[in-house]
Amino acid sequence: MSPHVDLSNLAKVYATPKGPAVIVKDFNLKIAKGEFVTLIGHSGCGKSTVLSMLAGLSDITEGAIVLGGKELVGAGPDRGVVFQSPSLLPWYTAFENVMLGVEQVFFTASAEERREIVEYYLTVVGLGDSMHKRPAELSQGMRQRVGIARAFALKPKMLLLDEPFGMLDSLTRYELQAVLLKLWRENRITTLMVTHDVDEALYLSDRVVCMTDGPEAEVGDIIPVSFPRPRERQVVMDHPDYYPLRERLIEFLEIHAHKKKRAASTIPAAPATPLTEPLPTPATGTGVTLVTV
Amino acid sequence: MKPFKLDWLILPLLGIAVVLLAWQLSSKTWAKELPSPSKTWDASKDYVLKPFEKRGEMDQGILRFTWYSLVLVAKGYAIALIVGTPIGFFLGLSKAFTKTFDPIIQVLRPVSPLAWLPLGLVLFLGAGKQASELGALFTIAICAMWPTVLNTAVGVRAVPQDYLNVAKVLQLSRWKTLTKVLIPATLPYMFTGFRLSLGIAWLVIVAAEMLTGRPGVGGFLWQEYNALLYEHIILCIITIGVVGFVLDRLMSLVESRFKTA
Repeated sequence: MSPHVDLSNLAKVYATPKGPAVIVKDFNLKIAKGEFVTLIGHSGCGKSTVLSMLAGLSDITEGAIVLGGKELVGAGPDRGVVFQSPSLLPWYTAFENVMLGVEQVFFTASAEERREIVEYYLTVVGLGDSMHKRPAELSQGMRQRVGIARAFALKPKMLLLDEPFGMLDSLTRYELQAVLLKLWRENRITTLMVTHDVDEALYLSDRVVCMTDGPEAEVGDIIPVSFPRPRERQVVMDHPDYYPLRERLIEFLEIHAHKKKRAASTIPAAPATPLTEPLPTPATGTGVTLVTV
Repeated sequence: MKPFKLDWLILPLLGIAVVLLAWQLSSKTWAKELPSPSKTWDASKDYVLKPFEKRGEMDQGILRFTWYSLVLVAKGYAIALIVGTPIGFFLGLSKAFTKTFDPIIQVLRPVSPLAWLPLGLVLFLGAGKQASELGALFTIAICAMWPTVLNTAVGVRAVPQDYLNVAKVLQLSRWKTLTKVLIPATLPYMFTGFRLSLGIAWLVIVAAEMLTGRPGVGGFLWQEYNALLYEHIILCIITIGVVGFVLDRLMSLVESRFKTA
């Protein structure tokens, strides 16, 4: 079966006065339909560049991206994007911000249907009572909820998240990760998320793609994360594979990300507990669960 | 010293008193032709206390004159905004447009209203009776539009990339991008431009009326100078200043409404 998303030999080169600057080179990644993939790497390694090429906000210098059998050209609402800053239009209410996109995508629907879509997604992200407030009246976390609602309400073929929780405090981040996971589980939208938070990557994704440092950043390692779903934060963290995986990710970021090219692909399989071992069934209702998804 | 409670009132009054004193002294010493404050008041009180009276074409209450001037300013200012705002948008949106027209704008911008007015009169020579009004409007519009043009252009260039990305991702049409993203994001800058433009339009009115002899504060000022009634010159100066101040305050109020948006 052909992958839902196929990034092949992707490269991004900027012309600078000192000659071409190669940000990303030979980037290859295939994502299956409904998969949640995280792109992790150091700040400035080019992971956001990859995402922004996928979003169509940045030109592709070399290579191609195929989404759902069609090569991508430019930006479009078939990809829902959640930016690092909520990027809401401050002169519109939360409702109007989401409606702006819904009008674009569901232009054949009746006004009533569109209103229902907007209200549904805003309610699901927990803004049922504040949907007619402007961004200035919302907390940073609530604004990002609107951003998530806006992306999902488009019913996109793919979801692109660019460090969506990077600007939030950790408690709010946990809450929003849970909201995201819930929406993702209900809609099963293929997702690529950029982050540099190892725990976030492990909690949310099916695979973690580690990028080497730029310039000429590429895929260094791909780590499958097979914690059972639906996931509960505490259960995931108590899982015997959790710390070995975490170690492996951190080791990659601390050591291998800096090594050039071929060196990165020779990372030893680090997990002490192989993932092939039977996974324990998650306990439900652990007293210490912070967020239940 | 601790600021006392009435300083907001007393200190400005003190400032006025200082200026009145200097004026009084000047009129008694080195500027004998300068009417003293009390003489100015005596000669002006008819115009101030019956501000809407019309005794003749060039002999009317001061607020009546002010009204004529304001109407002319409003028309010229409206033209400045209608022409200046789109030019500002084009400058902000298109590098090619900027490269093409920015040099000429920078050259035309510092030209004084006194220089534009004769050209305005020449341009509308064929308009007969309307010539002086059209010439004045042309001058007000062309002098007043630059702050609007330049501030709008700066505002458009300063629209956060985040907002533009949203428009791109949602594939908003050009029209929707303009009305739902660009214009709302640029409004605070536009209103700064509008306020500065209004100040200039009011400055220009006096020059325009002086040279065309139209009834209004500026026309009255020039006529009374020619009639050697110097007290009225001072009345006009004070009126022009107060009206300009009030206009600026009003525009600031409007502007601050958009600043918070």
